[in-house]
Amino acid sequence: MSRTLYDKLVDAHKVCDLPDGDILIYVDFHIMNEYTSPQAFSGLDTKGLGVWRPEAHLAVIDHVNATRSSEPHDAASKLLIDNLQANCTKHGIAFYGLGDLRQGIEHVVVPEQGLVTPGMLIACGDSHTTTYGAYGALGFGIGTSEVEHVLATQTLRYKRMKTIRVMVDGDTAPGVTAKDIIMKVVQVVGAGGANGYAVEFAGSAIRGLDMAGRMTVCNMAVELGARAALIAADEITEAALQGHPHSGQFAFKGESWVSDPDAVFDKKFTISGADIEPLITWGTSPDQSIPITGNVPSTLDYASPKAKAALERSLQYMGLSEGQSARSIKIDTAFIGSCTNSRIEDLREAAKVLKGRHVATGVEAIVVPGSAMTRIKAEAEGLRDIFEAAGFEWRPEAGCSMCLAMNDDIAMDGERVASSTNRNFEGRQGRGARTHLMSPAMVAAAAVAGHLADVRDFK
Amino acid sequence: MKNKQMMKTIRGIAAPLPLANVDTDVIMPKRFLITITREGLGDGTFADLRFDNEGGQRPDFILNKSPWTKASILVVGDNFGCGSSREHAVWGMRQLGIDACVGTSFAGIFYDNARKNGLALPVVSPATRDALLQFSSDSGGGEISIDLESRTITAGGTTAPFEMDDATQTALIRGRDDTLDSLEYAAAIRDFEARLNSKMRVSVIK
Repeated sequence: MSRTLYDKLVDAHKVCDLPDGDILIYVDFHIMNEYTSPQAFSGLDTKGLGVWRPEAHLAVIDHVNATRSSEPHDAASKLLIDNLQANCTKHGIAFYGLGDLRQGIEHVVVPEQGLVTPGMLIACGDSHTTTYGAYGALGFGIGTSEVEHVLATQTLRYKRMKTIRVMVDGDTAPGVTAKDIIMKVVQVVGAGGANGYAVEFAGSAIRGLDMAGRMTVCNMAVELGARAALIAADEITEAALQGHPHSGQFAFKGESWVSDPDAVFDKKFTISGADIEPLITWGTSPDQSIPITGNVPSTLDYASPKAKAALERSLQYMGLSEGQSARSIKIDTAFIGSCTNSRIEDLREAAKVLKGRHVATGVEAIVVPGSAMTRIKAEAEGLRDIFEAAGFEWRPEAGCSMCLAMNDDIAMDGERVASSTNRNFEGRQGRGARTHLMSPAMVAAAAVAGHLADVRDFK
Repeated sequence: MKNKQMMKTIRGIAAPLPLANVDTDVIMPKRFLITITREGLGDGTFADLRFDNEGGQRPDFILNKSPWTKASILVVGDNFGCGSSREHAVWGMRQLGIDACVGTSFAGIFYDNARKNGLALPVVSPATRDALLQFSSDSGGGEISIDLESRTITAGGTTAPFEMDDATQTALIRGRDDTLDSLEYAAAIRDFEARLNSKMRVSVIK
């Protein structure tokens, strides 16, 4: 019987069937952060339960911490940070906190520490846990009640999903990045188009990506509703497993972590690599994107009154006019960071654009490396000097920062941000803040131009 | 524990919230997330839609208008609950008195979070959803009724089926505690672990 990679991963982790139709699946590795775990630990206390297997968990601080300094910026964030540390101490769980050289955004830290390998099942109280699909591992986000469930049982109650294959074939043009590929997929499949599905990415444009690019693709798969995203393991994956603190410690072999050649998917999409341009979002949902050479939609583009009304609402929130050219959109802020795009490869791409150039007058530009190790590496390579010479503020500490504005990096009402992040929701970066998603190189180009700009013009 | 009583029917006034892609940042803005408890989230729920920058009620928002101030059911747009995994969104909706959201599609993590907290999410066809939007807008506070056992929804004398997987249906009706229930399978979990070799047992360096 031919199976998809997704089915192989679920089968390999099935503990038993449950009477109500769910299955119990085993979680090899579980990651926690400071804001979706406190009520899980207090749930254990209330029920008088312990942690099933403490060594299979890692806790990091990333969502609420300031990135200007390793000191918490206020009492409320300090409470969350101290609470997680105390819970980890009590239960004997590894904790990479502020000031630890292993600290950073959870989905940047885990691969950097060699804690993901093909065939693993990884859960985390964070929707962007789909990132680990880049390694041929099954990663998915869970809520706090499920965090409690994993802590207490090392398992989850699970319903097998249907499968989608997205084939991206053919070379992409220079200037087109992994971010543009996944933004194109979100545009084609739609913001909820993969609800209830696990998505496997295939095709030469995907195979040609390095691990950082594959992680960007799988990371943002949740923006099309996919609960899990996968890319088959290959020699690029194998090479990426070497040289980390946990390298060689885990191996989930015994299966070939690829879909069988004649495996059947419930749905298929095909996108030509040649059709992808550098994209920007204009609206308040990640599927509302256009090429940088294009124009914001107009009500004439939509037939139904409902679609026209939705467009008007988005345009009003974003402070844009119908049909306005993408390149005429002036920005206040440029932000490079997040679990989507804050790895060393992302910083290198942005630095290429910034070298010998300067941020436009009036634009505030910030870069937050994804982890302490990323920052140290970037500084050693001279990237910090390039960013600072260009007028970017280089943050000394790692964290999610302005991606979701849970720390003190909050965009103001009406402030317009060119952002290398993953969500352009209303209020995501601050109440009334206006987010345009794009690749890190495109953020750098926008910072220099003072308005959204085509990275291909920055040779 | 809450939700321990058997829940078979949910009945109440429904409010129409037809926006598509309502995300959990909108349901529970981040300034309400800096907390270590589940409580006190009712005020944060839909805060930016319910209140203006000065904290005044926005009179045009549906849940601020009579009769929908008493709504316990929402009829929602496609892809409701997308985005962040924050369960705070569901806790807050429950604290605001919402027992069910009826829609055509829900984001996966939100769906699972809802099940854990007794928030029913019946999935209906686009035609049924549109009819329920119409009914909840026009009926002047008419109640709709959701029967979990028969998986049907009734409004204004019309009954339509909804989809809900068996496990979610059982969880809502029984109001069970998944963690305690799953620990009844401890022996099966230990058997599974016994089959793992040492390289399949993750141990994180402290």
